[in-house]
Amino acid sequence: MPSSTLLAQSVLSGVFSGALYALMGLGISLAWGLLRIINLAHFAFVFLAGYLVYQCISVSGWSPTLVVVLALPLFFLLGVALQWLFARFSVDEFASLLVTFGLTIVIESLIQWIWTADVRRMETPLSTWSVKLGPLYVPVVEAILLLVTLAVVVAAWAWLRHTYVGKALRASAQNPVIAAAFGVSHRRLAFVLSGVAAATGALAGVFVAVGSPISPSQMFGSLGVVLAAVILGGLGNPLGLLAASILIGIAEALTMALTAPSWAPLVSFSLLIFILVLRPDRV
Amino acid sequence: MRPANVQARPVPGQRPAGRIGAAVAVLVALACLPLAHPPAFFESFLYLVFLWVALATSWTILSGYSGYFSFGHGAFFGVGVYTTATLTTAAEMPFLATLPLAGLASMLLGVGIGAVVFRVRRLRGELFALLTLAITFVLATIALNTPIDGGPGVFLSGVSLPRLYATPASTLYLMALLVAALALALAWQLQYSRVGRALFAIADDEDVAEVMGVPTFSYKLRAIGLSAGLAGIAGGIHAVFVTYVTVSETFSITVPLYVVLMSVMGGMRRWYGPALGAIVVTALTYAFVGGEWALAGRALIGLTLILVILFLPQGFAGSMSSLRARWQPRAARPAMPVAHVAPRPSTASDAVSGVGSDGAGAPFLRCEAIHMAFKGVKALDGVSLEVRAGEILGLVGPNGSGKSTLVNVITGLLHPTAGQVLLDGIDLARLPAHRAARAGIARTYQIPRPFARLSVLENVALPAMFGGLQLAPAEALERAREALAFVGLLDRAADLPSMLNLHQRKFLELARALAIRPRVVLLDEVLAGLTPAEIDSAIAMVRSIRDAGTTILFIEHNMRAVLALTDRLIVLNQGRVIAQGRPADVVREPQVIEAYLGTAAC
Repeated sequence: MPSSTLLAQSVLSGVFSGALYALMGLGISLAWGLLRIINLAHFAFVFLAGYLVYQCISVSGWSPTLVVVLALPLFFLLGVALQWLFARFSVDEFASLLVTFGLTIVIESLIQWIWTADVRRMETPLSTWSVKLGPLYVPVVEAILLLVTLAVVVAAWAWLRHTYVGKALRASAQNPVIAAAFGVSHRRLAFVLSGVAAATGALAGVFVAVGSPISPSQMFGSLGVVLAAVILGGLGNPLGLLAASILIGIAEALTMALTAPSWAPLVSFSLLIFILVLRPDRV
Repeated sequence: MRPANVQARPVPGQRPAGRIGAAVAVLVALACLPLAHPPAFFESFLYLVFLWVALATSWTILSGYSGYFSFGHGAFFGVGVYTTATLTTAAEMPFLATLPLAGLASMLLGVGIGAVVFRVRRLRGELFALLTLAITFVLATIALNTPIDGGPGVFLSGVSLPRLYATPASTLYLMALLVAALALALAWQLQYSRVGRALFAIADDEDVAEVMGVPTFSYKLRAIGLSAGLAGIAGGIHAVFVTYVTVSETFSITVPLYVVLMSVMGGMRRWYGPALGAIVVTALTYAFVGGEWALAGRALIGLTLILVILFLPQGFAGSMSSLRARWQPRAARPAMPVAHVAPRPSTASDAVSGVGSDGAGAPFLRCEAIHMAFKGVKALDGVSLEVRAGEILGLVGPNGSGKSTLVNVITGLLHPTAGQVLLDGIDLARLPAHRAARAGIARTYQIPRPFARLSVLENVALPAMFGGLQLAPAEALERAREALAFVGLLDRAADLPSMLNLHQRKFLELARALAIRPRVVLLDEVLAGLTPAEIDSAIAMVRSIRDAGTTILFIEHNMRAVLALTDRLIVLNQGRVIAQGRPADVVREPQVIEAYLGTAAC
């Protein structure tokens, strides 16, 4: 039995990885819940952003702040473009899954072609810096990630709950015809939402690149975990997503600490299966 | 994915013996190919083509036909791979003996998954896809962490092959060919069988298929078992072909991606569609071998998937027949006897005469104290009623009084919280819905729910195959023509339901109900939305159905029609029967007037 310090450290790292899952899943949850689009290419966006950040900071030596400021609007536009494609061909929920699956493969190949399949590690002063909190080590990057995720998730929640755009989007998701009859232009709102979703993906990509070594094949590794969190948290529900992500993150970290790291995928995928079979109404 | 303007599939005729002969000749020729000593790369290329034909076709048997889109074909394939890998190495079994076991193991996995998942009504479409993908990763994790693989992978280089041909490559080629042929033969046989037609109906509207008599649960189990078993055998062969199996290669995203792509590309509602896709995609990948070209090939496949979904949602096979149908001028479509049969009693008795002869006036369908609660809301609160043979029993009530719930309970789609639905003394209340259809209960839907991708004729033939009569496909088509002639839709037999107007779609509902020669038909607001002239013709039709001996439960808001048609009337309010008897008397009862109009203010 591992020591209590080790367990506490595991829980802490679970919270951090949960925060990353939430940040990665937010765009998927919003698009699935409010636009009925299952965007698997969101994972590809996250990694594309990660590699761009790696390229600009590590290779070209740009300032991190500048990179983030440029990446967010860029990916916003990418999200808008994707939504334009869906609207143009009136893609339904299921077709969106297939189209974005294809898009993921294309982007993955592109990444492999440019940056090869090798693992890339980004060296920043931040990545090795950690502070000691009692007996626990807290990596500063991860602490920032947690704070950013909290801020983004709460902002997304407030945006959906309290602004006109958010209310109109939720109305449209429940009944597009009636919402349209009350003057809601779903088309325009969908562009905004899809753009915001992709921008949160870019933000997640920054942390994927800064926090750990990155390789193209990891794209599919996070798929099950994040989708499990998205479904468990409730589609289009940022706060639920955050809670579910952190829960799964902790469960995974404890599984790794108590058994072997290679058993970790079992937790998230089994959880996904159980939710789908026992509580399919959540989706 | 489902554009409304797709052409109906051509109604397949008999199977010409010549085609079977040609298929066997091609098979024999391909099987003899190694005798001609083709170059080695050609044999291995054809091996890959046949492997993917087998995998894509087996995927289509479940996912293309029944619409249960699986991303878990890698799991079925992988179980086959590891069954053969484990048995040939650890247990030192002969290779050929492991293949049936590989198929069996995958089949058991498939049926096991189906037995759990197919009970959950919401697990269709994208959720089923995600679920099966998750199962793949769970199996991969288990294989990686247990002695099944353990991490380093399994070498099969020492496994000896049966010497069917001089070289192992030729032997494996032959085996892949045989599995591909088996998969194609099964898919072809299935498409034109009752089961296949039922699977197509399930893909369009599963609840309606069940109500029309299709045992949906067991048919879906058959489909997933067959699909998984074939993938397992293909996996077993492939384990020996690659000679070194690893978890990351076996359970990778490649298998589900490729089979989905091939099937979607080729067309997944036709037996030969996935094979077309498999040939094209394998040839494309083979053209881009090695280094960066492999990457370009992969990107190209992703791109193709996107383009096919956006531009060819029916795949090659579907688009080809759409084109063919477009070139065929409308007037020159297969000549069908155009018969706008005005419902006459003589025609009616041919077309609709009920099964057996019920003694006139004897109650034969009884609902006893039916309670139905949805999370505390009592939709039905102790409803008892009897339907007598040969009558038109009217069922009226304000909106929300429980009429539709009662219809769903009688047809078996909903199981009541308490109470019995007795037909000939058998309680149908706890049986699956298809049993009610087999017992001779048919219904129409207030908002017509035709199978969108089946032609009008096939829509009517389906219940004839499954409800009550249990006809073979050819007889069912004949029966469907009779029913269509009776409602005057025979000239629209080849059209898709989306090409009909509301009036015609309501009559299509009627034809589907009559096709089973029902003992009792539940007509759920057939008149709603019709013009006064259409209502008159509908009333005449309902009367002629009854005159032919079919009992009718007539649910309606239109009081003119109710008073004109019904022999007895039952009024439902808030889930209870508040009045019954002769229609003219019932409508004068104070509590009925109160339920409809409220009490007068004093």
